[in-house]
Amino acid sequence: MSVLEIKNLHVNVATEQGEREILRGVDLAIAEGEIHAIMGPNGSGKSTLAYTIAGHPKYTVVSGEILLDGESVLAMSVDERARAGLFLAMQYPVEIPGVTVTNFLRTAKTAISGEAPSVRTWIKDVRESMARLRMDAAFAERNINEGFSGGEKKRNEILQLELLGPRFAVLDETDSGLDVDALKIVSEGVNRAKANTGLGILLITHYTRILRYIKPDFVHVFVAGKVAEQGGSELAERLENEGYDRYLPTEASVAGGVSAGAPAPSK
Amino acid sequence: MTAATHAAPAAVAVSGAVPTTAQHGMTAHSDGARARPAIPVQTRSERFRSVHAADFPPVTGREVAWKFSPTARFTDLTDGDLDGSRLPFTATDAAGVTLSWIPRTDPRIGTAGTPEDRAAANAWTAVTEALCVHVGGENEKTVTITRSELGTAPRAAHTVIEAAPHSRGLIVLAGQGDARLSENVEILVGAGASLTVVSLQEWAPEAVHLASHFARLGRDARLKHIVVSLGGQIVRVNPTGHLAEPGADIEALGLYFADAGQHLEQQVFVHHDAPHTKSRVTYKGALQGEGARSVWIGDVLIGNTATGTDSYEQNRNLVLSDGTRADSIPNLEIETGDIAGAGHASATGRFDDEQLFYLMARGITEEEARRLVVRGFLTEIVQKIGSPGLEQRLTAALDMELRRS
Repeated sequence: MSVLEIKNLHVNVATEQGEREILRGVDLAIAEGEIHAIMGPNGSGKSTLAYTIAGHPKYTVVSGEILLDGESVLAMSVDERARAGLFLAMQYPVEIPGVTVTNFLRTAKTAISGEAPSVRTWIKDVRESMARLRMDAAFAERNINEGFSGGEKKRNEILQLELLGPRFAVLDETDSGLDVDALKIVSEGVNRAKANTGLGILLITHYTRILRYIKPDFVHVFVAGKVAEQGGSELAERLENEGYDRYLPTEASVAGGVSAGAPAPSK
Repeated sequence: MTAATHAAPAAVAVSGAVPTTAQHGMTAHSDGARARPAIPVQTRSERFRSVHAADFPPVTGREVAWKFSPTARFTDLTDGDLDGSRLPFTATDAAGVTLSWIPRTDPRIGTAGTPEDRAAANAWTAVTEALCVHVGGENEKTVTITRSELGTAPRAAHTVIEAAPHSRGLIVLAGQGDARLSENVEILVGAGASLTVVSLQEWAPEAVHLASHFARLGRDARLKHIVVSLGGQIVRVNPTGHLAEPGADIEALGLYFADAGQHLEQQVFVHHDAPHTKSRVTYKGALQGEGARSVWIGDVLIGNTATGTDSYEQNRNLVLSDGTRADSIPNLEIETGDIAGAGHASATGRFDDEQLFYLMARGITEEEARRLVVRGFLTEIVQKIGSPGLEQRLTAALDMELRRS
């Protein structure tokens, strides 16, 4: 049974004003087949957690551990982590001119599997997966994310999730900017991937909306760089009704306090 | 008559000093006539020209044609004696294309253009004969002329590529091995002809190659001119396209990859000199390693007879490491108010680390990810060459460049 463990994780981000502490002791354990929702206000460190797991160079792990089946991933490069079975669906997927989706998917699949996929089954897999995500076949010949709408970019992320078959996926605000139809399509894709491969999911979101379509086993509330409260899906319902206000410091304690959070490394 | 001279500010990017996502000089305009006070900018059309080296003073490096070039490293080519005898080459065969040596008194010589710098004039003066490549027949065909045994002594060469009216063909002029070469290439594109000329520089690391290409396009003639510079210490290829008759159309493409210590330069000049002429200039380059240097100057002159002109030029540079420098200077001079469109763009940007992260987060190694991004950046030019064999060869050559880092 695979497990992704995050232990007492402290993370700094490099800013123009110097190092800034964002995560202040995060503990989480996600077993294969489980869905954990991470919710929290802006700036609470949710995206930092996502990028730190993936290994983005902008973030420095000061102390703590990230363990995949008991083995630390901290010394691994970004691509090694992906090949070990970690996946990050990005909040803001970047455009890569001149590199087609087809070429990219085949290159990534080959890197993850260690061998080129069989041509016949691979083309069929890509085509079927795209059809289920209601992506036009012409997409495959377009350059990665170039001229894609917000919804198309997110579907393209889930397409990769389905085709690459990771053991654990971090979905960083995959729901943001999606209309209800796209939200349903994307959620179906995530649920399908889970049903097919039994992967564990860390679902990062600001809103409870996506939790109507993807049912979390656990909900963690992130505030100021650590988990402030955790529970089952009923916690999400409570957040839906009450918002994050009760987790936020009063005005008196904000003065002189440190505001956590850094923008996701995107452009 | 409305007249306007627009010289864009020099766009220079020195890596290490620019932020990660630096994109500057992103300018584009299509306004025809902007009244300006008389600023003493010398227009390209008034630049001094001569076929005699002695008419040019010795090169100082301060001349407008030379100010970006390391002139001290090739005084033998600008000011010395050059070997102007027939140079060795090999060529592939194709029906409809004939190669011959013609005397320097041949009436075709000098009809496409006149040297604007001393290296070109020095070569012009030194040669005794020119290699004539005659393209006839309306079928597509390809001939590759390879110069690979030029040695290290300074040489001069003159080539005339002549496409008969309504003919079609692709001529590749390739350079490999050692060279210290100054050459002129005249390209005569007859009425209705469709010609592609590729100048492919894959010289050895110490080679120096200075070239001036002069193309004259007749009525409804079409020229695709492609400069690919990968190998050589100093490579400077300056193509001029004279759109001399109505309906002439030039597509000028360039692709370069400057490694550590390499100087790759191209000064492109398109002269719209007849109504309803069209030009598209697109040069893309990558720079990698200490002292990697590229220069692109794009001059477009739309003369007062060139009504209905449609023109656009752009240069894009991708900076892959610190210690590189890319100069990118588009200039547009417009002497008529009646044009269909004219614009230019220039951008020099650092390698985008977020692109690298995105690809690596899908399991792709850093080396492979870099290759994908750079190939993606340059592929626009490669795919426009229109020769699958040459495209494959260039893709492989570019992969080699990336591995060298």
